[in-house]
Amino acid sequence: MKTLFTNPVLVKELKLRFRNLKSFTGILFYLIAMSVFVFGFIFLATSLTGNGFFRPDESFMLFSMMTYIQLGLILFITPALTAGTISTEREKQTLNILLTTSQTSFQIIFGKMTSSIAFLLLMIVSGLPIYSLVFLYGGVSPSQLLYIFLFYMLTLLAIASIGVMFSTLIRKTIVAIIATYGAMIFLAGVTAFFLLISVQVSQMGMTSPATTMSPMAHFWATINPPAVLLTLLQPPMEEQLQTVTMVPIPLWIGYTIFYILLTAGSLLLAVKKLRVNMNKYK
Amino acid sequence: MIETIGLTKKYGSFYALQDLNLVVEDSTVFGFVGANGAGKSTTFSILATLLQPTAGDAFINGMSVTKNPQEVRKQIGYVPDFFGVYDQLKTDEYLDFYGASYGIKPKERAVLIPKLLELVNLENKRYEYVDLLSRGMKQRLCLARALIHDPKILILDEPASGLDPRARVEMRDILRELKTMGKTILISSHILPELAEMCDSIGVIDNGKLIAQGSVADIQAQLQSEKVLRVKIIGDMQAVVSFFEMDPFVSQIVELQGKNTLQFFYRGSEEDQLQLLQRAIQQKLPILSFSEEETDLEDVFMAITKGVEIG
Repeated sequence: MKTLFTNPVLVKELKLRFRNLKSFTGILFYLIAMSVFVFGFIFLATSLTGNGFFRPDESFMLFSMMTYIQLGLILFITPALTAGTISTEREKQTLNILLTTSQTSFQIIFGKMTSSIAFLLLMIVSGLPIYSLVFLYGGVSPSQLLYIFLFYMLTLLAIASIGVMFSTLIRKTIVAIIATYGAMIFLAGVTAFFLLISVQVSQMGMTSPATTMSPMAHFWATINPPAVLLTLLQPPMEEQLQTVTMVPIPLWIGYTIFYILLTAGSLLLAVKKLRVNMNKYK
Repeated sequence: MIETIGLTKKYGSFYALQDLNLVVEDSTVFGFVGANGAGKSTTFSILATLLQPTAGDAFINGMSVTKNPQEVRKQIGYVPDFFGVYDQLKTDEYLDFYGASYGIKPKERAVLIPKLLELVNLENKRYEYVDLLSRGMKQRLCLARALIHDPKILILDEPASGLDPRARVEMRDILRELKTMGKTILISSHILPELAEMCDSIGVIDNGKLIAQGSVADIQAQLQSEKVLRVKIIGDMQAVVSFFEMDPFVSQIVELQGKNTLQFFYRGSEEDQLQLLQRAIQQKLPILSFSEEETDLEDVFMAITKGVEIG
């Protein structure tokens, strides 16, 4: 833990990030938008029903919506924060000097990624008081909230690792950002499309319920963050999906394994490719 | 000590560096001279473990840059030809960051940083943002940064390029001080006179090949064997050109625009030169004057790199 906070790149990046007014205005506008949404929803729910009170099922609906909004925030902001970490240094001509220091490639990559994630985590944590408002009205358990935050952490780590990897492999920041958004869109959007197709194909010519396994449909659902989040919010959805795919493994298990592997693979590649392999020609 | 053995860098069929064999002894200053694109920065990048050689190897204090790059990094202080600085970071924070990057403890850094800033004459800029410093100051700060871990070897790629005359003098003074501190310095420039006075020896590189190496005096002596002669003419220029072209010691005849003057390199002895002049007079060539040009280190460089452009 001590070495984590003495990582020079991490300390420097945090210092630079929080000296930047953009960071504070970013958090401010995020919190304003979130407050408007939450209070607006509560106001509409209470005034439209005319009851003057907010029911637990409405509270859960608000929680679900906010959870998806947070996921959207992670998916859209993480690439922008991480895909320029190394390529910006390269463009600003500061990378060569950094690479001639005695810091290991892992230390540099780790410091860069952690500083980007730290900012995003701060953003999420700063929204917690507004998020926790749903507890006032019931309908959501603290353990559910914990699982969802663990899910956020894993998703954030994976997307951040992909961003850092592209930033290391691709010289231009703009291209690295596009590539990271491409990967994010694939994971969050294209896999959902593949899931629908796989379900359709597996059910072709069959009368419900399904009798054969559809591992592909299960796989696409497993790596799709919105689908996994849905099963965390609505556990019955998990059972429903299992009746279609006939694969009796909870989605979160596959999701955890896949995203840990994706994170590790991306980071490993970034660490390996940060510096030239001086001994390659031998 | 710095040593390169058959160091080669190839991009496709193009040789950026070809079979470079170089030895820089401890506590000496070695100047690496060459035109832009000659291979200086390629050599320095390999030595700084930023570029992988295609063949050969380089050794820093006996450690191979290809086999032990992590250890080599601790031994060298590298100043690249082009570098950027971080915005919104103050001068002392900039040095503190790099000090931490070399694993220097915070207490030691706190003592080191003011000393280094004093060495590069930036003590009054300690709390200024680095991106607001002038080019010369940034260059000196980068030098201080390269010294933070007290390396024995300094690799400085064109440290004076783009600086105004005053900043160049300041940089030269700092390098002189580093020399007295016993650092081994490998410094490059495309301007030979800039290096001459502070270097113990120099190497001239052209098209990726080391074409001359030795002390400044040795390199200068090479020039003495090749004089630059000027001949002023009144009348038929072509006849005079044809006459000199016939002489085996004459090379690279150039007509100085609008001056009715020819200039060429002459490799012969003084007796040969006398005979050449006597023959010209016998043939009644319209020569008004025949003189030897004063040459400086710039001419040496131009002559050695064959990029002679006189006039």
